[in-house]
Amino acid sequence: MCLAVPAKIVEIRDSLATVELRGVTREASLMLLPEAKVGDYVLVHAGFAMQVIEETDMAETEALWAEMNGGPRTVNLELSLHG
Amino acid sequence: MDDTIQLAHGAGGRMSAMLTEEVLRPILGNPILDRMHDGATLDMGGKIAFTTDSYVVAPRFFPGGSIGRLAVCGTVNYLAMTGAEAKYLSLALILEEGLSVEELKRVLRDVRAAADEAGVSIVTGDTKVVGHGACDGIYINTAGVGKIIESTDIAPQNIRPGMDVIVSGFLGDHAATITAARHGLKLPEAIRSDAVPLNGLVKEMLRGVPEIACLRDPTRGGAAATLNELAAQSGTGILLDEELLPVRPEVEGVCELLGFEPLYLANEGKLIAFVPAEKTETLLKVMHTHPYGKEARRIGAVTDKAPGQVAMKTALGGIRIVDMPTGSLVPRIC
Amino acid sequence: MDEKTIKEKELSVRLLEEIKRLTTGREHPLRLMEVCGTHTVSIFRAGLRQLLPAEVELVSGPGCPVCVTPDGYMDAAIAYAGMEDVIVATFGDMLKVPGSSSSLAEAMARGGDVRIVYSPLDALAIAKENPEKKVVFLAVGFETTAPTAAAAVLTAERENVGNFFLLPAQKLVPPAIRALLADEDARIDGFLLPGHVAVVTGSESFSFLAEEYHLPSVVAGFSPTELLRGIYRLVRQATAGEARIENEYRSVVRAGGNPAAQKMMHQVYETCAAEWRGLGTIPASGLRLRDAYRRFDVSQTRPLDLPPAPPKKSGCRCGEVLRGRITPKECRLFGTVCVPEHAAGPCMVSAEGVCAAWHKYGGGIFQYG
Repeated sequence: MCLAVPAKIVEIRDSLATVELRGVTREASLMLLPEAKVGDYVLVHAGFAMQVIEETDMAETEALWAEMNGGPRTVNLELSLHG
Repeated sequence: MDDTIQLAHGAGGRMSAMLTEEVLRPILGNPILDRMHDGATLDMGGKIAFTTDSYVVAPRFFPGGSIGRLAVCGTVNYLAMTGAEAKYLSLALILEEGLSVEELKRVLRDVRAAADEAGVSIVTGDTKVVGHGACDGIYINTAGVGKIIESTDIAPQNIRPGMDVIVSGFLGDHAATITAARHGLKLPEAIRSDAVPLNGLVKEMLRGVPEIACLRDPTRGGAAATLNELAAQSGTGILLDEELLPVRPEVEGVCELLGFEPLYLANEGKLIAFVPAEKTETLLKVMHTHPYGKEARRIGAVTDKAPGQVAMKTALGGIRIVDMPTGSLVPRIC
Repeated sequence: MDEKTIKEKELSVRLLEEIKRLTTGREHPLRLMEVCGTHTVSIFRAGLRQLLPAEVELVSGPGCPVCVTPDGYMDAAIAYAGMEDVIVATFGDMLKVPGSSSSLAEAMARGGDVRIVYSPLDALAIAKENPEKKVVFLAVGFETTAPTAAAAVLTAERENVGNFFLLPAQKLVPPAIRALLADEDARIDGFLLPGHVAVVTGSESFSFLAEEYHLPSVVAGFSPTELLRGIYRLVRQATAGEARIENEYRSVVRAGGNPAAQKMMHQVYETCAAEWRGLGTIPASGLRLRDAYRRFDVSQTRPLDLPPAPPKKSGCRCGEVLRGRITPKECRLFGTVCVPEHAAGPCMVSAEGVCAAWHKYGGGIFQYG
C-alpha cells in the first residue's frame, strides 16, 4: 500500500537530508528518523526517511538454502530479530 | 522591438511586421522563407510524406532541450518513421501576451539549431498572440513534408511473426528529465532529454536494411503505447524480454521514486524498428555506427500468439501483459 | 547481470520448486492474502501468479488506501477543490478516484486548483508560497503514511503556518484484518503482511493473527525474491500446521517498528471509527486529529454541508473484491463497463487496486497464446 524506496543519505542539514538513489537525488525529512547519519541507507516514503536499512545477514540466506536442501535451519532467527 | 509580446504583435499591423523582421527572420531565415509569400512553393518530386504535431510542453526549457527543439525533432521524426526524409517544415506560433521577447528568441534559436542539424528548412509560418492566461507562454505547431526513401515500405501491416523488435537506445530519458524537474528530483548532468532528429539514423538504417518492416518513435505513452498500437494494427503479438530493456540506472531511480515504469515514459529521440530476425545483426551493426543508435538492441520478438497483445517475459520467467497506458503520468506513493 | 541478481534468481527458482514440492497433492489450495496493494502490483509485475502452483492461491486484500476511501470523502475533497480560496494538494493516486458523481480530475478541469504532491511537506510548502489561499492536503494512507502527515502538521504548528489543513482519512491495517476475519466466508490460510506498514508499527503489531486466529503470517518485502521468500515461509508454516509471525523483511522491519514515527502519530492523532469502502464502518480503525490539533482539520474548521453519498447502484462489487470473497473476474462489470479509462469502482482506479492490476497484467493467470 505504500511505495518506499531505498536511498543513501549524502548530506544532512538540520533535519533535512539529501538522499541519493541510482544517481537521482532529492530531499527527505529526518523528522521520523532522527538517528540517521550521513552514509546510511534509508527507506524513503512520501518524502520522509522511515527506517535505516540494515544489511541482512548472509548467513540467513545460507540457512534458507540449507533448509530447502533438507538440512536444519542453523541460524536462530529469533536472536537475529532487531529490537 | 519591445521586450515583451503584446496582443498587437499578432494583429497584422506594424508591430507584427516588426516581430517578423526583427525576431523571426533573422533567426529562421532561408531563401524560401525570405520570399515572404502567403505560402511556400516547393519542388519535391516523387512520393511525399506529410505530417503535423503541436507542442505544449511545460517547462519550456529543460536539460537537453526546449519546446523549440522538440517542435522540430518531433515532426522530423514522424516523417522519418514513415520512411521519408524530412525537407521542409512550417512553424506556427501561439504566443501569450506578456511573453518576453528574449525567451521567444531563445526558443527560435533552438528551432533553428535543430532544423540545421536535421537538414530541414522552416519555409512558412504564422504567429498569433492570445490574451494573458489563454495559453501557457508559447505553443508551437509544426507540419512537415519529406520525400519517401526509394525501395522502402514502412507500415504496421508489414509486421509479421518471427520479426525482431529493436529499440535505438535507452528508454524514458525525456520523460524522466521532465518529471524529475517537476517533482524536486535532481538528476546528474549527463541525464538529459533525448530530443534529437532521427532522420540521419533512419536513412542509414534503410540504406543498410531495406527490409525494415516498420518504424515508430515511442513518444507520449512510451514504448508501451507504441507497441500496443502496432500489435493491434498488425494483428500480431509482441513479446518483450524484461532483461533486455535498456534503461539508465538514473531513469530507473526516477521510476522507483515516483512509481513509474520505464516502458510508459515518453521518449523524444528513440525509435522502435521491426525487422526480419535474420537481418537483426546487420541492422544493429548499422545502428551502432550512428551516434543516435549506439545503444540499439533487440528487446523482443513478434509472435503469432496472443494477437493484438503486448506481453513481457519477466526476469523470473513469468509472462505478464504490458497494457496500453491510461491517462497521464502522475507520481504515486501507493 | 550482476552477481547479486544471478544469486537472487537462483534462489527464486529454488523457492518456487520448494513451494511446489510442499503443496503438491493438496486437496484444497492454500489461500494466502497479500494485504498490501503494492504487494499486489509487485506480484503481478513479476508474473508470480503464473509461476506459483495451482495449490497456492493469492488473494488480494484491502491494502490500497485509495480503494478503501469512501465516496463521501471524495465528494468532500471535490467540494473543497471547487472553492475559490482553496488549493487541494494530493498524492497523484487520488486524482481519478470517482466520488458520487465526479472526480478531482474533473474538478481540476472545471478550474479547481488541485496540485499533485509527492510528500505532505510539498503541500506545506505550497501553503507557505500561497498565504492568501487555504491549502487542504488529502491525508489518506495507512500507518506508513500517517506519520508523514503528522510530521507536516507539527511542522506547520512550529512554523506558524495558519493556512495548512488536512482532510484526514488515514486508516489502520490491523482492525481491517480483524474485520475481514470476522467474515466466515473469508477462508484465509495465511497472511503476507504489509512490509512498509510494519516498518512503522513493527512486526509485533500483527502477533494477534497467530495468537488469536492461529494463522501463519509473514512480513515480506517487495522484490520478486522477497515476495517468494515470504510465500515460502507461509507455505511452510501452513503445511506444518504452525502459526507464527515471521519477519522476512528484517532489513527494515524491527519487532517494535519505528518509535519516533509512532510517537508523532500518537501525538497528533487518536483512533476513531472509520468507514471503509467494502468493509463498512470498523471501530477504532481510523485516525482523527486530537483536540490540540483539530484546527488543522479542514472538516472541523470549515465543515461542509454535503448530502450523504448515495449508495452506488452500478453493480460494482469492489467491496467483495476487497474482502477477498470474489476475484475481479467474477464481477460482471470487470473489463466491460469498468476499465481503467472509466472505472466504475475504486479498485479499478488506483494503480495498485486489485481490479486495475488484474486488468493491466492479464487477469490473474495470463495464459500466453
